[in-house]
Amino acid sequence: MTFLLGSGAGFSGDRTDAAIPVVAELIRRGQPAALLFETLGERTLAAAHRARHDDPGSGFEPLLDELLAPVLADCLDNGIAILGNFGAANPAGACERVRVLAEQAGRGDIRIGHVQGDDIRSRLSAIDLLHWETESGEMPGEEALISANVYLGAAPLVEALSQGAEVVVTGRVADPALFLAPLVHHFGWAWDDWDRLAAGTMAGHLGECGAQVSGGYFADPGLKNVPGLATVGYPIIEVEEDGSLVVTKPPGTGGCVTERTVKEQLLYEVHDPGNYLTPDVVVDLSDARIVEIGPDRVAVSGIRGRPAPERLKTTVCYAGGWQGEAEISYAGPNAFGRARLAAEVLRERLTFRVPPELRSRFDIIGHASVFDSDAGELQQQSAAPENGDYRLRLAVGHPERRWVERATQELLALYCAGPAGGGGVRRQFQRRVCTASYLVKRSDVEAFATLYDATLNEATRNNERSHDHGAQ
Amino acid sequence: MVRSEAEVTVSLHRLAHARAGDKGERLNLALFAYDPRHFDVLMAQVTEARVQALFAHRGVSRVRRYPLPGLSGMNLVLDDVLQGGVNGALNLDGHGKTLSFLLLSMAIILPAALKTGNQG
Repeated sequence: MTFLLGSGAGFSGDRTDAAIPVVAELIRRGQPAALLFETLGERTLAAAHRARHDDPGSGFEPLLDELLAPVLADCLDNGIAILGNFGAANPAGACERVRVLAEQAGRGDIRIGHVQGDDIRSRLSAIDLLHWETESGEMPGEEALISANVYLGAAPLVEALSQGAEVVVTGRVADPALFLAPLVHHFGWAWDDWDRLAAGTMAGHLGECGAQVSGGYFADPGLKNVPGLATVGYPIIEVEEDGSLVVTKPPGTGGCVTERTVKEQLLYEVHDPGNYLTPDVVVDLSDARIVEIGPDRVAVSGIRGRPAPERLKTTVCYAGGWQGEAEISYAGPNAFGRARLAAEVLRERLTFRVPPELRSRFDIIGHASVFDSDAGELQQQSAAPENGDYRLRLAVGHPERRWVERATQELLALYCAGPAGGGGVRRQFQRRVCTASYLVKRSDVEAFATLYDATLNEATRNNERSHDHGAQ
Repeated sequence: MVRSEAEVTVSLHRLAHARAGDKGERLNLALFAYDPRHFDVLMAQVTEARVQALFAHRGVSRVRRYPLPGLSGMNLVLDDVLQGGVNGALNLDGHGKTLSFLLLSMAIILPAALKTGNQG
């Protein structure tokens, strides 16, 4: 029997009404189904750890209520499992929030699976680490370290489902594992059934970015037209016991599922297509076939799998000083000349107002920016019309906040002391988070699931509170 | 522009679509021909060397190309092109998400016999 995988979100910050039509269609079909929320990017986790550090009750997906509240009761009533990495740096906190939401929906008896074991920060110095691929360099010192999380595979999520969890909350897991887990649980696939695990993993890969497979991040008007992008339907992936996949979307939604949308997403963030590494299987896409079998229905086949890698990827986040940005606009006659003069003035000011090791970059938005290098080679090689609408942007980085503040303040000062007609200054600075990736032995990772027990969590938090109190 | 009766120069944007993805300092650009008949032209002209030249100003250290004939496309993997990546870059687009369209700005010489609707 077909199992349906519905995507509810593809990143932290995604549309929070996307899951509603997906869940409506899963219910209408009446087939076994799961709803998946992928909301944890490489950097999102570091931000979550910082948030939890400042407020122990936070550190999970900030939009959790908005994402879950509209669909939670419908999913619980219809046996649609929800799995999400919205636990981020505080899965227990997210479990508690899910429990409260369920209670408000009249389901205080909800069973919530709590996946643990991805956070290895406390043991980082004691375990064997290899650099990831081409990376090198020293491990940051303890005071700079923010987080260290292993990309877990699907096994602890399957464990949670086997315990009867209706909602599974995780921190860091490989994104496709959210989708693979309900398939393994439902079909009983073996952990060495590599071709099926590869197919299930690619179902996850295709679905994990939400609308990116169903018309989002695709439109190029005139060449690639997408209808109804404002109400783009998030994907539903139909999976058979043999690993056959069909990508589709809810009827009546915008967007489109075509051979082209699926091709673009199949290779998204993939390097060697013959050797795509995940915790559960190494996937070979060399002979993948993508065929439109109906309107908004695309079949994917030919995916093969090989034994899973021996080590698991771990991403370490650490503090990397400060970065700042500031911008000012020039428009109308001679705007390009005035924007260039503003850049020259600012460069000269920085030579004597900030230390030489400050990293800086100048863009003239409207002429050359995102394609350009930090050195501005494209700007130097070309000119732009003098009469236009340009925005000078300064970006800076330094270990100390004060120099980032000072440099961006120098752009602000162009208001009164720079060229004529500058306006619309915006300025911001923030802590920079750096990441480094390593490979750890599977034997150094203890991943497991438990059913969330609110009373236990309350006790834990009380303990923490009294501990904090005692330390003061 | 007409080069000769037998060839025209077109933007790669007219022949193919692309999507960028990033991991750390590495960027992948998945490129697919709109028309499978153009796959051989892409293989002949969207070479590792030409992609390296197009991204030279970004400090690219290596380009590897993985052909995907079954999908009428290829995956291009560019190392050290993000000048710090999503976490460290001063570039507005630290992910390099916009760079699929830098690739699509490449000029391609197309035999006139292979010209189809998209090339205007």
